[in-house]
Amino acid sequence: MLLRHTTDKVIDRQALTINPAKTCQPIGAMYAALGIQGCLPHSHGSQGCCSYHRSTLTRHYKEPVMASTSSFTEGSSVFGGQSNLLQAIETIFSTYDPEIIAVHSTCLSETIGDDLNQILTKAREEGKVPKGKHVIHCNTPSYVGSHVTGYANMLLGMTSYFAQHTGISNYQVNLISGWIEPCDMREIKRIAKKMQANTMMFPDTSGILDGPLNGKYTFYPKGGTTIEELISAGDAKFSLGIGQWATEEAAKKLEYKCKVKYDICDVPIGLQATDRFITALSRYANVKVPQSLTNERGRLLDMIADMHSYLYGKRVALYGDPDWLIPMTEFLVMLDMKPVYIVSGTPGKLFESRMKEILGEKVPEAKFKNGETADMFLLHQWIKQEKVDLLIGNTYGKYIARDEDIPFVRYGFPILDRVGHSYFPTVGYHGGMRILEKILGALMDRIDRDAPEEKLELVM
Amino acid sequence: MKVEEKILPDPSALKKEILSKYPSKIAKKREKQLIINDPEKDQPIQANVRTIPGIITQRGCTYAGCKGVVLGPTRDIINLVHGPIGCSFYAWLTRRNQTKPPSPDAPNYMMYSFSTDMQDSNIVFGGEIKLKAAIREAFEIFKPKNIGIFSTCPVGLIGDDVHAVAREMKEELGINIFGFSCEGYKGVSQSAGHHIANNGVFKHVVGLNDTPVEGKYKINLLGEYNIGGDAFEIERILEKCGITLISTFSGNSTIDSFEQAHHADLNVVMCHRSINYLAEMMETKFGIPWFKVNFIGAEATAKSLRKIGQYFEDKALIDKIEEVIAEEMPPVKEALEKIKPRTKGKLAMLFVGGSRAHHYQELFNELEMETVSAGYEFGHRDDYEGRKVIPTIQVDADSRNIEELHVEKDETRYRPRKTEEQLKALEAKGLEISGYSGMMPSMKKNALVIDDVNHWETEKLIEFYKPDVFCAGIKEKYVVQKMGIPLKQLHSYDYGGPYAGFAGAINFYKDIDKLTGATVWKYLQAPWETHKQVEANFVIDVL
Repeated sequence: MLLRHTTDKVIDRQALTINPAKTCQPIGAMYAALGIQGCLPHSHGSQGCCSYHRSTLTRHYKEPVMASTSSFTEGSSVFGGQSNLLQAIETIFSTYDPEIIAVHSTCLSETIGDDLNQILTKAREEGKVPKGKHVIHCNTPSYVGSHVTGYANMLLGMTSYFAQHTGISNYQVNLISGWIEPCDMREIKRIAKKMQANTMMFPDTSGILDGPLNGKYTFYPKGGTTIEELISAGDAKFSLGIGQWATEEAAKKLEYKCKVKYDICDVPIGLQATDRFITALSRYANVKVPQSLTNERGRLLDMIADMHSYLYGKRVALYGDPDWLIPMTEFLVMLDMKPVYIVSGTPGKLFESRMKEILGEKVPEAKFKNGETADMFLLHQWIKQEKVDLLIGNTYGKYIARDEDIPFVRYGFPILDRVGHSYFPTVGYHGGMRILEKILGALMDRIDRDAPEEKLELVM
Repeated sequence: MKVEEKILPDPSALKKEILSKYPSKIAKKREKQLIINDPEKDQPIQANVRTIPGIITQRGCTYAGCKGVVLGPTRDIINLVHGPIGCSFYAWLTRRNQTKPPSPDAPNYMMYSFSTDMQDSNIVFGGEIKLKAAIREAFEIFKPKNIGIFSTCPVGLIGDDVHAVAREMKEELGINIFGFSCEGYKGVSQSAGHHIANNGVFKHVVGLNDTPVEGKYKINLLGEYNIGGDAFEIERILEKCGITLISTFSGNSTIDSFEQAHHADLNVVMCHRSINYLAEMMETKFGIPWFKVNFIGAEATAKSLRKIGQYFEDKALIDKIEEVIAEEMPPVKEALEKIKPRTKGKLAMLFVGGSRAHHYQELFNELEMETVSAGYEFGHRDDYEGRKVIPTIQVDADSRNIEELHVEKDETRYRPRKTEEQLKALEAKGLEISGYSGMMPSMKKNALVIDDVNHWETEKLIEFYKPDVFCAGIKEKYVVQKMGIPLKQLHSYDYGGPYAGFAGAINFYKDIDKLTGATVWKYLQAPWETHKQVEANFVIDVL
């Protein structure tokens, strides 16, 4: 057994996290910053932070992930990181020539009290930021929140720096993208285009983290949200945040700063969340939903109806981030599956109320927990108490799946051992079909594997 | 680029072009870190110095070197990371250290990630209480024999004393608990973390168990981390030779085995950079001599085995080693003969680690490929130029941070394995005791040696040399491949391996052949992008 020391005996832990279902803020800030065209994310901390974040993002996307670091040493930790950051800004503009540097802090620079705002002001005053170029920042102490809130904070940084309210509306709807895959961002844009909605998405990692292979390396690929687009966010008629945890702060900021009203919807995963997203977009962009989208919806329903018997009553354990766990759980319940165990390391009280609302009547036996010590060790212990039929989550689940011999669908971040997640969307109705295909594939492969010879089915 | 008559091209112009992009202060610094090699000459290279802030470096942090590299591969210890969640998360199984517990119920905590998940209140009010509680919880759940505490950046800054906590908890729980002050900012790279790990293991573990170990030729293997199963292959070969491997620091290892390491009669060192401290300290305290070996490359493996035979001066062992080599070599030769015609004359570059960039040149030599440029991510001058330069290395403030343990002869257990005369006689026969001559003397004239290579330099190198394979790590992998050059990861082996020993050499030959011969690289341009084919133009109008 790989996780041979895990038993079903749950002890109430106050201090020890084992096999986390989250990671730290800065990596989220880095991922978000990659969704701006011509942007180099910069990690203001030790080299290790930047190296670990780049490695993890690279393993997940199998794409170049460029970011720089302030390379703190003991001296900078004692005397403050100002000189490191000033030097870094100078070095970056001369060596890598980005349009924008997006600085995020780390536990190190936050603990010593580096004031990024002050340092960046000094950099501008000293002429270290070339004309027409930008340096933005956000605060992402690793001892607060999780990678998801780090992502949210960088979005807040983008709106704080760029969004401008000129008083002349550009009639667009800002689509503030939560932490989803590049392909998901592209799919949401496709849906919006199909609806002929006037939208602007930020951030947007499509075209950046799914680049083509053609023999030429482009440091700043021509994907992502442009600075002009970020500025234009302030003149929008409305903002729609996609995923509460990742986008609400930025949406609020836009309202406060530029009087752009907002609404938040779930990431459109599965039938109902997609229904709500499309309804919301239709309302705020004042456009009709085309028949072709209604047909996409119908195709998803058709697939569900066709395959319902393989899904009904199946017990599922999930772990990951609230912004996808909530709509995914809702989708599973709609499929008549039983999401019985759910954990997320990401804190936030809303998690509990949303889960109660979704699971309450249909799956009263469900256990769920988020925040500190809501980890994969606890999830595994629950599974040991009563087995599940399916496990959904990031690559780290493969150890549980193998030990317990449970069908496993990879979803979330990071996925280090399979491809496809960054290319084939799981949002929208088509995305729902892909999720369904993956779940059914895992469950039905298991049926085939376990069927006695005389019972192997040709048609299923 | 074709290499004519095995003379490497003069890269002076390339070096000039690289430096011209930098602000003058940086250019001045980098100039000392880019050396055009001449094996006949002693040329100092600047290494183990700070990376310039803002430069996109390969390097990681001190914590990564301590927890990730040295202690990561040991299975019977709970490695508890004291800090915010990220540090423990990123070091969770990502280095591919394989391990094989002897039985289904033997302790193995390597698949687990342990963290105190510090929150802002712990930063403000101190994290010691939470750390103690976490240790108690870990003990209650797992009943481990050993717990290591690893400090992350904020820990040192807020003044948590992990060593005092370790002592208190050790007393309370009656198991071995020890701490490492390996905060990420401690050094200029992972290297500082290796040193801190060496110190901790030496101070708190090595020598704890005096129960004698059976075996005629007893050795420890230092600086081998069982990436992709390398240690399994080396263990196989040593066992076949009748050599008793007491402990490996730290591939496929246990704390139990470290406790008995002082019973060995020889320490052989693979990765000089990460583990030479332990070798030296064990020599001083227990009288165990050490020398450098390299099990990467079939010839290098044979040579290393012969060195061990030579050291023990025992005919039975020497004969057995020759017998093993004779048995292991034919399949290696056979594989090489098949693959070499395709790899001969191809160009390789290696920018990785503190030893790997040197070791893997052996395998490329066996494939008759040319290494045109190489460098370490976190090596020191001695790894480039040889240990002879150690007395001349200036110790800067960053290195002075790292504790140098004062080690003395163990009053009861010090036992010189060889007399001074015996060691001298062995050296006279060419066995370099306590020595390492470094990477640069073994590289060709005009090879470009680069310390702490960065992204801009990588791009220029590729443009100049157009290598057939580029060896580095995951962060560089897809950047280089987008340029149409295959990249071989030499930290993770691209999830292949083992590459050590005889079987490993064969794996490597095959993998390099597979990589450099892949068909995909021939299709990077669409037919309509080449001048010859214009048919596609018509289609565009139709659509």
